[in-house]
Amino acid sequence: MAGAASHRSTLGNIAPLIARRALSSLLTLFLVSVVIFTVSGLLPGDAAQEALGQSATREQVIALRHEMGLDRPAPVRYMDWLGSIARGDPGMSYVANMPVSRIISDRLPNTLTLAGITAVVSVILALAIGVGSAVNRGGKLDSMLNVVTLSLVAMPEFLIATLGVMIFSVKLLWLPSIALVTPDASWSETLRSYALPVFSLTCVVVAQMARMTRAAVADQLDRPYVEMARLKGVPFSRIVLFHVMPNAVGPVVNAMALSLSYLMGGAIIVETIFNFPGLASLMVNAVTSRDMPLLQSCAMIFCATYLALMLVADVIAILANPRLRA
Amino acid sequence: MSGKIAQTLRTLPISGRIGLGLVLFWLAVALAGPSLAPYPVGAFVDRDVFSGASARFWLGSDYLGRDVLSRLLWGSRYTVLLALGAALLAVATGTSLALVAAVRGGWTDEIISRTMDTLISIPSKIFALVLVAAFGSSLSLLLLIAAFTYVPGNFRIARALAMNLVALDFVQVARARGERAFHIALREVLPNMIHPLLADMGLRFVFVVLLLSGLSFLGLGVQPPHADLGSLVRENISGITEGALAIIAPALAIATLTVGANLLIDALKPGAKG
Repeated sequence: MAGAASHRSTLGNIAPLIARRALSSLLTLFLVSVVIFTVSGLLPGDAAQEALGQSATREQVIALRHEMGLDRPAPVRYMDWLGSIARGDPGMSYVANMPVSRIISDRLPNTLTLAGITAVVSVILALAIGVGSAVNRGGKLDSMLNVVTLSLVAMPEFLIATLGVMIFSVKLLWLPSIALVTPDASWSETLRSYALPVFSLTCVVVAQMARMTRAAVADQLDRPYVEMARLKGVPFSRIVLFHVMPNAVGPVVNAMALSLSYLMGGAIIVETIFNFPGLASLMVNAVTSRDMPLLQSCAMIFCATYLALMLVADVIAILANPRLRA
Repeated sequence: MSGKIAQTLRTLPISGRIGLGLVLFWLAVALAGPSLAPYPVGAFVDRDVFSGASARFWLGSDYLGRDVLSRLLWGSRYTVLLALGAALLAVATGTSLALVAAVRGGWTDEIISRTMDTLISIPSKIFALVLVAAFGSSLSLLLLIAAFTYVPGNFRIARALAMNLVALDFVQVARARGERAFHIALREVLPNMIHPLLADMGLRFVFVVLLLSGLSFLGLGVQPPHADLGSLVRENISGITEGALAIIAPALAIATLTVGANLLIDALKPGAKG
């Protein structure tokens, strides 16, 4: 069974499957870009007219329209736009008068750090909660955790964030209520300013993650091999750690990748509340000022990240499920 | 029918009963609240700003000295009714498309499904932000945007349900009888998927409440002089340092509404009782 030949053949089976899945992600990303361009670039009307205001003469509008390339046919404009985004140079921001790529490269590391710390914290927490309640299925702890996570899922992000500010920075004076992330800040300062955003985002993500983890582990606990191990007299903690977890790792990692996509929605609110200089608050500013090039780039980055997370989740599911490999 | 409802109520776990109570409470507030409001919604009635709870102002006053309770009663109407409307519209559109896709099959199904797959690959908040940037945020536009954002999710669930039903014998018999596609979709398929669809509508309602209040909180949703619960949190955000009721009350209102709806839906799920 563990022979070299069968190993090669499984790999030979998986590789095209994953390649096909990756290709379909790329195709979806392409279609998503069509939707975003159509909604934000074609439908809202004339950017040149809007930039010049009502008092502009007809000639001025036509001149600016030509300068901005708005008088060309839509498919040409789309291909142009897609090419510029793929090259990493989506043009100038209308409002800041700076290249969009520079604004984004200023902000992106902050958001990645925030997302990274949140991911680590919430994965650890979700594993503990999910496995804990799966092991106690039907018990007091399980039903309590069920209600808590159900409530957290439905909680608006800004309630968690404002409560966090009220408790930790207004009442207890432990943490700053505004995230001042500067390159020359000391380690402890940076940690303190990340604490509240990470706390709020973790609350948003961890509930979904824990629920899916619980489902995945509970599913394994129902299998006959667990009963077999119990009848053999294997201690329960050993069953969970060495029998169930290796089998559940695929579905669990899949669940985590899926739940991490909740980070994006949460980040929009959380970054804005804490004045966090990240990509999501940048996007909100772009919506307020109707800065379309900036908005489109941010939207495409978020969509690509989302699709990448889905792809990772699916690939892990393929790798973990022997039936999908056959 | 009423006996069935009564029986469901009796078997409902405690969390479900709490959820049902909260949902009914907020529905009642949304319908009757404004007529119970002690002060006009925009009136400056208090000389102090961010005053605490008192006999005159049960929930204190806001950043301009307006009565928080009155504004909350009005705001919940916007939140609940907009979300109900958007959830209904999303489910009606998504399910109609799903029925067309399932009954027609073939190319129709392929095209609709691919379009929905694309739309569902855009995170809902991001999509809503792009739509708001492109079209603005009047009340009716917000309703359409929220509905449109959640059509693909409902479509996916409704199509899966309808696909299973279309393969069953009674639909085949109806087809053999020569019934038209419209009749099959409405009379044979739809009645058999109504329960899971209602549960899905409840979930969409929760999502829309969170989406719209999130947008309003960012200043991109309901615009003044209208104010929903999210706007109330936003306009009083400066009171956070004082722990003002004006900011806690509307935020808690949203949370109790969405948490209540979520608990209720979870308790009604088949197989959840025990």
